[in-house]
Amino acid sequence: MSATPTPPPTDSDASKLELARRFIEAIPHSRALSMRVDAIGGGAATISMPYDLRLVGDPRSGVIHGGAVSALMDTCCGAAVMSHPEAPAGTATIDLRIDYMRAATPGQRITARAECYHITRSVAFVRASAHDEEAGLPVASATGAFTVERPKGGTQ
Amino acid sequence: MSRPKPEPVQIVKQRRDAALRTLVSGVPYIQFLGIEFDRRGDELTATLPFDEKLIGNPMLPALHGGVTAAFLEVTAIIELSWTLLWEDVEAGRIDLSSLDPTHLPRLPKTIDFTVDYLRSGLPRDAYARARVNRSGRRYASVHVEAWQDNRTRMFAQATGHFVMPDLSNG
Repeated sequence: MSATPTPPPTDSDASKLELARRFIEAIPHSRALSMRVDAIGGGAATISMPYDLRLVGDPRSGVIHGGAVSALMDTCCGAAVMSHPEAPAGTATIDLRIDYMRAATPGQRITARAECYHITRSVAFVRASAHDEEAGLPVASATGAFTVERPKGGTQ
Repeated sequence: MSRPKPEPVQIVKQRRDAALRTLVSGVPYIQFLGIEFDRRGDELTATLPFDEKLIGNPMLPALHGGVTAAFLEVTAIIELSWTLLWEDVEAGRIDLSSLDPTHLPRLPKTIDFTVDYLRSGLPRDAYARARVNRSGRRYASVHVEAWQDNRTRMFAQATGHFVMPDLSNG
């Protein structure tokens, strides 16, 4: 086995954010939903997606399907885990619970904000909420547990 | 004792399939994900044919966790709506000629949905079946299981609670 190459000097926060943004926005399903990384770092992430007629779940009201909100929440929670200072090499969802408090207003952008509030050697605990363009009561909230993948050959 | 002669099988099938098709085709998000429903009597099986845009981890590659959640939620909602619709379809109380998404009963609303990810979703077709564990006048509890190659090896399962549609203004 060859030795792990010395990591390059730590990037500035701005370039780290840019790297994470490019990584997340390159995920095929994130692209399909036109997700945009608005902020990421320190175990928290903010990701938003525009209203899209293809994502409508109730044709009578034009409200976005809960499943599309789940996809946004899941991506945002995973991004929060990846941005944690303990920097897992990767992560996967173990479980995710979403509470739908109210219907998102048709035509409005949905923004999710997730925070990894505790991390152990193997599990990351995350909570998140999603808002449309109206302040106040969130559209949905979520809590989840995620795996913490350690770098191969790492010392941890 | 005499009973009415049973309807011809093709008439029964036609009516059931038309009701299911209307229920499913009326939801844009189901078309977006490409989910299809297969019917055997009243039993539904959802299929999510693999597509590149469903990928969440290009390195493995694996299905997006959000896609899995959405697939399970769609399956739960359609199953619950289908069980609500079934009696009306069977009794012929639904006029097939006027069937369009705006004339179907309102869909149940999700209160909460909890997904248990058992293994990563492979880049191939996925299947799901839902079971309505309780369905009252106001609330319902639905369980869903999803698998890929082997029925006994689930890759995800979920439980959701739903508010029933208000029948009085549906």
